[in-house]
Amino acid sequence: MAVRREEERTTVDRYPGRVRVNHWITAISLILLALSGAALFHPALFFLSGLFGGGANTRAIHPWIGVVLLASFAILFVQMVRYNFWAKVDTVWMRHIGDVMSGHEENLPEIGKYNGAQKIVFWLMTLLILVLFATGIMIWYEYFGASFTIEQQRFAHIIHALAAVAMLLVVIVHIYAGFYVRGTISAMTEGKVTGGWAFRHHRLWLRHEAREGVIDDRQTPPRRVHPGPAE
Amino acid sequence: MGLQSQDFARISATNMRPPDVRHDFEVAKLIDVSKCIGCKACQSACLEWNNLREEIGFNTGSYTNPHDLTPNSWTLMRFTEWENPQSGNLEWLIRKDGCMHCADPGCLKACPSPGAIVQYNNGIVDFVSENCIGCGYCVKGCPFNIPRISQADHKAYKCTLCSDRVSVGQAPACAKACPTGAIVFGTKQAMLTYAQTRITDLKSRGFQNAGIYDPPGVGGTHVMYVLHHADQPQLYAGLPNNPRISQVVELWKGLTKYAGMAAVGFAAAFAFVHATIARRNDVSRAEDREAEHLIDEEAARGRQT
Repeated sequence: MAVRREEERTTVDRYPGRVRVNHWITAISLILLALSGAALFHPALFFLSGLFGGGANTRAIHPWIGVVLLASFAILFVQMVRYNFWAKVDTVWMRHIGDVMSGHEENLPEIGKYNGAQKIVFWLMTLLILVLFATGIMIWYEYFGASFTIEQQRFAHIIHALAAVAMLLVVIVHIYAGFYVRGTISAMTEGKVTGGWAFRHHRLWLRHEAREGVIDDRQTPPRRVHPGPAE
Repeated sequence: MGLQSQDFARISATNMRPPDVRHDFEVAKLIDVSKCIGCKACQSACLEWNNLREEIGFNTGSYTNPHDLTPNSWTLMRFTEWENPQSGNLEWLIRKDGCMHCADPGCLKACPSPGAIVQYNNGIVDFVSENCIGCGYCVKGCPFNIPRISQADHKAYKCTLCSDRVSVGQAPACAKACPTGAIVFGTKQAMLTYAQTRITDLKSRGFQNAGIYDPPGVGGTHVMYVLHHADQPQLYAGLPNNPRISQVVELWKGLTKYAGMAAVGFAAAFAFVHATIARRNDVSRAEDREAEHLIDEEAARGRQT
């Protein structure tokens, strides 16, 4: 993690490869879960089961994708949790959420690696994934149909559905924020953001990173090649 | 019946109204518990007609065998020994358990797969295996705990009321096999009328609470019982007193389904509108320059410490 002077710009390392790989495994699992889950949630969306090779395949594969998601998110959680504990500045920042939505970030306090909304998204995802996994186990009929009473399974179904809707809302916020706040996507694709982005959105984090040192990634100019003696 | 594509009253997970120009009379099977001798001819007939085989089980001290409905046993005699506190008599209550073919079927309401559960307009509720995805939602929808999912092929199974026999004018196999006439089959109206004669007879024999079991909570059923103690149906191996589709299932398949779609749709719409009208949250060139200063400052501070 470091600040890098590049040829045309300055960048700050935000996510190493191991975090990005995990993030995208989680993201892809989540999209597949949303599509296969939606197919079983509403008749109007049952056609989505075609993406998974039909209804029976959708039913069989959905819980296994959930297992993959749980595993990849668990690692992501360990990688990110230390940046996500709530601080006083987050409360101040959250009070100015209107300024964020209208693009007036100059009114906001300086914040570290994550702002209040990002931390809320992190903890909501953690909570909802745990709820979805626990209730998902209860309604995984192939393996756990006999482990829970029918009444317990009924409650698990409705909680699973409500938690899934809540999860989709959180995901919409998460994805939208990534696109709305320009310059964010590169954090998860290339692993770095521009200095200006870090200054605007996470100044405290930028200060911290800069104090660690600046790496000069500019290429040294090629040595001039002296023409040799004419042959 | 016969041309089934035009005989559906309801089709699972389908918003369209099924073709309903043709109308059939409702049928019903009436099981007179007071006439049942527990011979299990109905169980055998069911296995035979439907070409099913039950595994050889083991004895746990009850005549109930197998111990529960299974993907192979779509009907089951449940034996209950009950001491009547009023008469002091030991009564052997034998109830033929199986799908009740509800007018408002919970299994069909819960089913997420289009056309996996259908209700013909004669009242029979049938599982269509080729559309069944094996999710087990019908198990949670059913107020009588009837459907069973095979662990071999992951399909749901239950009594079909011999829809194949009924469609060609035959009574279900169990009714045909019953040696005492405890199981009779006909139009629902005829069965209700016939049940009244049985109830009158039972009352004249001292069963003051004799009555019919046609629970209104599920809109009535197309399998009905005549019970000697209709005031206490739970005596008969836990026959529910007032069965209805669980409120949790109603909420899950009702409000949650629509509210969930609406919430996600609204969030997506809000994102679209915001993306269109809000000021771009972009990094300015000034901020890029400020960042350079800040980095130099902090880097210098870092070198000092």
